[in-house]
Amino acid sequence: MLARIVLRLLGAIPTLFGVVLATFLLTRVLPGDPAVFFASNPTMNASDIEALRQSLGLDKSLPQQFWIYLTDLMHGDLGQSISTGLPVLTELKNRLPASAELTILAFLIAIAVAIPLGVIAALKPGSLVDHASRVIATLGVSLPTFVAGLLLIYLFYFQLGVAPEPIGRLDPFMFAPDRITGFLTIDALIVGDFEVFRAALAQMILPAVTMALFALAPLTRMTRASMVGALGSEYVRTARANGLKRTQIIWTYAFRNAMLPIITSLGMTFSYMLGANVLVERVFAWPGIGAFAMDSIINLDYAPLQGFMLLMAAIFILVNLTTDLLTAVVDPRAAK
Amino acid sequence: MTQPLLSVKNLTVEFKTRTGTVHALENVSFDIGAGQIIGIIGESGSGKSVCAYTIMGILDRAARVTSGEILFEGRDVLAMRRAERNQWRGAEASIIFQSPRTALNPIRSVGDQICDVIARHLPVPAAEVRKRAIDALRQVRIPDPERRMKAYPYELSGGLCQRVGIASALACSPRLLIADEPTTGLDVTTQAVVMDLMRDLARARGLAVALITHDLALASEYCDHLAIMHAGHVVETGPTTQVIAAPRHPYTQRLLRSVPSSVTCLADLEAIDGSLPDLRRNDLSPCRFAERCTRRLSTCDAPALHLENSGPGRFVACRNPL
Amino acid sequence: MTRATLDTLRYNLRENRLNLVAFLLFALILLCAIFGPWLAPYDPLQSNADVALQPPSAQHWFGTDQLGRDLFSRVLTATRLDLTLAFSAVILSCTIGSIIGAIVGYRGGIVDGVTSRLVDVLMAFPLFVLAMAMVAALGNSIINVIYATAVINLPFYIRLTRTEVRVRRDLAYVEAAKVAGASDFRILTKFLLPNVASPIVIQASVNLGWAVLNAAGLSFLGLGVKPPTPEWGIMVAEGAKFITSGEWWIAFFPSLALMLTVFTFNLLGDALRDILDPRMRT
Repeated sequence: MLARIVLRLLGAIPTLFGVVLATFLLTRVLPGDPAVFFASNPTMNASDIEALRQSLGLDKSLPQQFWIYLTDLMHGDLGQSISTGLPVLTELKNRLPASAELTILAFLIAIAVAIPLGVIAALKPGSLVDHASRVIATLGVSLPTFVAGLLLIYLFYFQLGVAPEPIGRLDPFMFAPDRITGFLTIDALIVGDFEVFRAALAQMILPAVTMALFALAPLTRMTRASMVGALGSEYVRTARANGLKRTQIIWTYAFRNAMLPIITSLGMTFSYMLGANVLVERVFAWPGIGAFAMDSIINLDYAPLQGFMLLMAAIFILVNLTTDLLTAVVDPRAAK
Repeated sequence: MTQPLLSVKNLTVEFKTRTGTVHALENVSFDIGAGQIIGIIGESGSGKSVCAYTIMGILDRAARVTSGEILFEGRDVLAMRRAERNQWRGAEASIIFQSPRTALNPIRSVGDQICDVIARHLPVPAAEVRKRAIDALRQVRIPDPERRMKAYPYELSGGLCQRVGIASALACSPRLLIADEPTTGLDVTTQAVVMDLMRDLARARGLAVALITHDLALASEYCDHLAIMHAGHVVETGPTTQVIAAPRHPYTQRLLRSVPSSVTCLADLEAIDGSLPDLRRNDLSPCRFAERCTRRLSTCDAPALHLENSGPGRFVACRNPL
Repeated sequence: MTRATLDTLRYNLRENRLNLVAFLLFALILLCAIFGPWLAPYDPLQSNADVALQPPSAQHWFGTDQLGRDLFSRVLTATRLDLTLAFSAVILSCTIGSIIGAIVGYRGGIVDGVTSRLVDVLMAFPLFVLAMAMVAALGNSIINVIYATAVINLPFYIRLTRTEVRVRRDLAYVEAAKVAGASDFRILTKFLLPNVASPIVIQASVNLGWAVLNAAGLSFLGLGVKPPTPEWGIMVAEGAKFITSGEWWIAFFPSLALMLTVFTFNLLGDALRDILDPRMRT
């Protein structure tokens, strides 16, 4: 198992390198001279701007800049954000938990709904549940995330008044607990502050449901298709012929086999959700990495954008590795 | 005459499909005595597997048994409640399938799968279940059964997989084993090994075996009795030697002539003209071979064609038998 | 299309009402795109402060926005733009991606290895953010949105075609063609690509839905198409500000149009799957 992990990680290095190179090139293509952009302080003159440019390393040739970037990266230095002045690594560390917390909740909601729905739809083909799951799946995928978010806000905040105002992670009148994990809900639980826990959770629900809606569709479809395939397989026929109990056939024989493609699907969905939360974060004013990436793009801030892309790619690779390992656990054929 | 172990009487099965109703089986009747090995012979599409699946109760959702009885030791299994039928399957009658490896759960060890069957039907403690599973593997002559318990199907050869299938089918000592084309996917030497094993087990346990196959040569070697099927009908039954030496139904005769044996050469092989009738038609004639038969008479279209006794233990459904 | 395909088409449309609905909706949307600008009762860019923020009424079926522009006309006219964006992007990525995938799948070897790695790198990126960065880098214009959308959809076609070609390239009929002296180009175009066409077409129709969402998403964030051009994403963004004050229609109708369009493309994908390759049915 350990050898497998190491091998996969090694195999990921070329991809990671490709991502580093690609982000570097991409950000260098962004128009405008950041030095001028940020030196909008009227007291700065031409030589100051030149000094700024030099400090940013923008006067060197492209390959030189890349080499510097690479070596900095080896030392864990992701550069500095020009707009906020903080190291990129710090910024990412500060903002990642916000997005992660949201994505994880959304992910759990999606799984909790999609998998049972898909299994039931597979067990009763042609039934109401089956048709409902198909409709939900197609609608979920047709609804743009920002529309879904706005719709939920309109319904639950504006009309029904059950949801809090969508202005971020926590009501401004509440005090966030000390940062331990960065996850507001978990931190609040650790210090025993249930008031804050409840409030933070309340703020999370609408954006999490919005994200979950989008993931619901492919997951339900995948689960249903996978389960139908497993239920129609020859080994399930053998199990039936041997008189095994229905519950055992459905779970031990069909579902476990059906899980294999579902696990891969889950991995991809998670990666996608983490990367695609820009829109949700915009609608709900969530201070996560998506919003951070968006700001960096608009401000032509190279370093944070590079850091963001790198982080996302690294997470993607890690998630792939996890799904691969999980598959090996469930399927002995893959472990070979 | 003792009551046969299994008695299929006038079984009629239909399938509802999008393109029409398929009349898969019509008035199928045959008996299997305890300890007998009967071969159910027919081309693809003759209904042999449908027959097997109906007996076992594992038909597709679209299937309807419209008439008939299946008497197992006097009880009609078709009339059984679902729970009772579920208990009966795997414990009193079992079936093994054509592709041995795909018939096994790929992500569950072979030992676990056999244990599942034993634990389901026999109220014995876990340690005993395991012991019996190892014993079952030993009975099908798998070497080093204890180690093999942990093996997965992908690690085993086709022949070994089929033996595992047989082990799990016989683990609870059923009295009837249906073997649906058990050796079709295996090479010839392995075929012989598996068939010999089945025959030995059958003799030793007094097990009745229904061997479903299209391979006449195989059936002639291992079966005591034959039931020939064509397009959803049983057209002839009888002891193997007699049926082969002196077939009564024209289809049986044509079948024998189309199969190579040591006394014919390629030029002597005769194909049967035409093809199987479309079983979705509503105007199927009582004799479904009539359109291709060289001995056809005008009386062959008269309704109510049944299996008639034509000798001790021999039945044929034909108005112009040989 | 062969006789057989037409027969299957007719059988399928009769069998499954949903497929028929898919085609009809698609036709409707296409009509809106083509004839929209002529059918619109008002000028979509004409602002009229007197009738600003009016709810749906007989004069303004979808109501008016904050500048008094008729929403129905705007939504209708926007159909052409959004559809153009989607179709152009998908046709671009489909064509280029399929060609690359086919060549790479057929050749194998180093070319395959390198291309697969590049595709892996591309897919490791959060694609929507990549599109954002590209549009920001290249400038806010329609053509750049098309390019960005096309680029992030490329990997799917490359991978799809590559897999399909790889599966088929070792089959007997390809070998036979090779032995008969057919050139690689001929083999690819005459034998492999036609068989690969079905999954590609199905993927493309679903892709159309993604492309529309993508373009709308970019506009919603302020990238790509800029106001006052009528585009559904921009309209939703503008309408978002008014949701909390109760003027729901400004965001509602463009959202509905978006949903309906993407829904139609998804249904179309299912319908095509039923017709072209029923084995793939889910």
